[in-house]
Amino acid sequence: MIGIRRRPPVEPALDARAFDLLSLTMACVLGVHAVHLPWWLDIALALILAMRWRQRRRHGSRAPLLLKLPLIGLLAVAVVFSYGTIFGREPGSALAVGLLVLKLLESETPRDARVGVSFACFGLMAALLFDQGLVVTFVVALGLLPALATLQALEPAQPAAPLPRALLPGLALLAAAVPLALLAFVLVPRLSSPLWGAPNPAEARTGLSERMSPGNFTDLLTDDSPAMRVTFDGPLPAPELRYFRGYVMWLYDGRTWEHAQMHRAGGVSHSPEPVEADSSVTYRIDLEPSDRTLLPALDVPLAAPADAQLSPDHEVFAKQPVRELRHYTLRSAVRYRLQAQLPQAARLLALRLPHGFNPRTHALAAQWRARYGNDDGAIVQAALSLFHDGGFRYTLVPAPLGRDAVDDFLFGTREGFCEHYASSFTVLMRAAGIPARVVTGYQGGYWNRLGNYLLVRQSDAHAWSEVWLDGRGWVRVDPTAAVRPERVSLGAAAAAGDQLGWTQRGWLGALRNRWDVVNHWWTEGVIGFDALRQRGLLTPFGVRETGTATLGLLLAVGMALFVALGIGWALWRRERPEPLRQALRRLEARLGRCGITRRRGEGPQHYLRRAARALPAQRSELERLMNRYLDLRYASDEPRPELLRQFQRAVREFRPRRVVK
Amino acid sequence: MRDTLRRLQQLAERRLPALTRFRRAEPLPIELHRRRIYIVPTGFGIGFTLLLMVMLVGALNYSNNAALLLTCMLGAAGAASMLIAFRTLDGLALAGVRAGQAIAGEALALTLEFESARPRNAVRVDLGATSQAFVIDASGKADVTLPLATVKRGWQPLPRLRVWTTWPLGLFRAWSWLHPEQSVLVWPRPESGGPPPRLPADEGLRPRLHHGEDLAALRDYRSGDPRKHIAWKASARLGQLLSKDFEQPESRPEWRLDWRELDGMDNEARIARLARWLGEAHAQGRRHSLWLPGQPIEVGSGPGHYARCMSALASLP
Repeated sequence: MIGIRRRPPVEPALDARAFDLLSLTMACVLGVHAVHLPWWLDIALALILAMRWRQRRRHGSRAPLLLKLPLIGLLAVAVVFSYGTIFGREPGSALAVGLLVLKLLESETPRDARVGVSFACFGLMAALLFDQGLVVTFVVALGLLPALATLQALEPAQPAAPLPRALLPGLALLAAAVPLALLAFVLVPRLSSPLWGAPNPAEARTGLSERMSPGNFTDLLTDDSPAMRVTFDGPLPAPELRYFRGYVMWLYDGRTWEHAQMHRAGGVSHSPEPVEADSSVTYRIDLEPSDRTLLPALDVPLAAPADAQLSPDHEVFAKQPVRELRHYTLRSAVRYRLQAQLPQAARLLALRLPHGFNPRTHALAAQWRARYGNDDGAIVQAALSLFHDGGFRYTLVPAPLGRDAVDDFLFGTREGFCEHYASSFTVLMRAAGIPARVVTGYQGGYWNRLGNYLLVRQSDAHAWSEVWLDGRGWVRVDPTAAVRPERVSLGAAAAAGDQLGWTQRGWLGALRNRWDVVNHWWTEGVIGFDALRQRGLLTPFGVRETGTATLGLLLAVGMALFVALGIGWALWRRERPEPLRQALRRLEARLGRCGITRRRGEGPQHYLRRAARALPAQRSELERLMNRYLDLRYASDEPRPELLRQFQRAVREFRPRRVVK
Repeated sequence: MRDTLRRLQQLAERRLPALTRFRRAEPLPIELHRRRIYIVPTGFGIGFTLLLMVMLVGALNYSNNAALLLTCMLGAAGAASMLIAFRTLDGLALAGVRAGQAIAGEALALTLEFESARPRNAVRVDLGATSQAFVIDASGKADVTLPLATVKRGWQPLPRLRVWTTWPLGLFRAWSWLHPEQSVLVWPRPESGGPPPRLPADEGLRPRLHHGEDLAALRDYRSGDPRKHIAWKASARLGQLLSKDFEQPESRPEWRLDWRELDGMDNEARIARLARWLGEAHAQGRRHSLWLPGQPIEVGSGPGHYARCMSALASLP
């Protein structure tokens, strides 16, 4: 029972400073969660917080119970109304944030404040379950400052400081905590499989889709979150070669292009189409989580990485949906001949069009066929010229199309973006009897010089066509390039011009691209540090597999080291140097250089007399110094400061002159 | 239950004097150092650790490294706060103790003089059930005044004091025991009623209401004061009217209080009576003397004289 104090029966009320800081903490939690809460809940909670703060500041009174209970009920109802349940990540965190803000209504004692701060820390952490980007993590970490300052404000008797200054000790504490935190972060054994629940509940992520129907690229093209980062072993391929193959789409129903394994049923072989490669590049892709199995690859990949397979159309599919950052290394042919011989079944599939759609397109195709005869290449050129010279416009907000979508587009609206061009071009080719298919994927990307990688964003999503030409195999044709060449050479942002958000344009866009290298390091070093990477932690030291036991041992050793360091710091006492003694030491050092060193057990008087005998030229000076010293030391308890300063100056000016014997 | 606990505590203190510094009273100054500072997590600290565990498991489960990093930061900051709590006490010195004056049964104001080479925050010192927090600023000194309960007159040794802190986050509680080798003098409690002292025959007959000729003091002008009593020069200097006060306090006969005259009573009763008389004399501003066995005290008045007399009474065997 020694040292454990009974809690005083009545706890003192929370003082104004602590309450301010507690309110600030809650506001921080609300702030980091505001992004994903419904806007009306944000506003309501912010209002409650502000009013409670004002009420306690003004009147110092408690919030009435009659107000608190209905508010809690109302919160639960609001969450259920908004999400349909109170379980799960979003409703759970909405409820938690709401309860935290309501907790402020009944925070009157230090104990309440401590409970509130604890749960606020939990709330801050919960915000990271939604987004663990660098900026968000940093902001959340800043949210710890008012939390720590609140705890500190609960302590009695401390010097008063203005509010911003009150946050500084917390900052210092966090800064001091960084080394130990990093050690723990690196060495805390990761779980190779979660203890409970699905780690990432399926959420609607934007990304390439297995279907392409009008409009579903719009979300993608305005989403500039990173899709993947590509590091090349050799030189960076030229911009017109940076096509990353996603899905290959064969089936068209008049409205939607569809990637389906169905064409295999048509008797097409299961093995990948044969490819004759002229030159190839090897590269590594760090793919952001996409919740899909597709692994985009530079056109055209030659073999699948481990745990993935190559489809007949040279698409790469992983065995499991990509839920965490995934790295894979591939080799692709950039100059190639893909499937020089087209099987009959594949040819039929690549020519299939729905009946009764787009009569004018069919007519145009027939007209070209009649004009150019068997020259498929000329027909392709004719189509590209049509796009280039036919008054077509690139826009992200095209007019809607009717039932005969391709007719409407080619002869009516004449505006659209990659999916319109790819789709109508392919239909046009098929109508003319040239086997064709749509390929979606990414094109372009931003070359980050600092990080030496190509950043591909979701907004770099693209759709193009492949036509099969006799003797050349499948040839990539990008009809969008005919309309907007800069789409290919400069990227999606340049092509879209003014239609993108202000953050994607101009110097800000450029800055964001450069800044991405920091994000990349963060994603690589922190977010992507998983069980696998942890096991390979000691590879540079010759340990192939670092097991949990080793990690635990390392963690214990490292922590012990830090504890030792910390205790060393805690026990370290700076001897406050006494100025008089310091001055004498200085004098001793000067004399020591002339060979007059103070012996052990020799008093200052004896020593300085000896020095005066040894340096007769400065005898009087030394005796004066000695007398001054003895006066300062023994005449009074505390030497008078001005005399002390005089002595110090005299010592500083004293230069022993060695006697030449 | 409580008795068992107390017995256990006493047993522990006897058995483990190093842990509690129970027996040894030390001369001042007492400087706290690592061998006498103890530290344990508070209840809040334990709760916070549990919360960190939950956060850790959650972050690991969702393989959310940012959350894990945040948890590690909080945990490391908590660990660092333990060292800060220790450093708040380490090197703190109790340089002196000043005792106030109190009669037995009343609280005595005990002033503890703490010194430190560096500033410290939120240090608390417990004496019995009372607790006081203090801060040491850049001057390196702080005086803390605590009430000390007293029971009987005489020299009373100081009890153990506990110095403790939960600075900075309230997660850890560092404490140390101080047992200064010092005693405070508690004055005797006066009896509640009784006869007045016997006066010498010749005195007591000359009650004197005296309007003196000597100037006693200057005081603020009150309406009705005679004009010739106004101290014009002094008034001009101060900018407000002052009157010369010629009134002398009513002079009373001296009391010669004597231990020997109170025979037939036991010691404590004598002391209590003398204490009452001293108190009355002091309250009336009456000059008095005190004869005690072995220490006669001359006639005098005023707080210093009163304190001398009371202390002499208190330290009687």
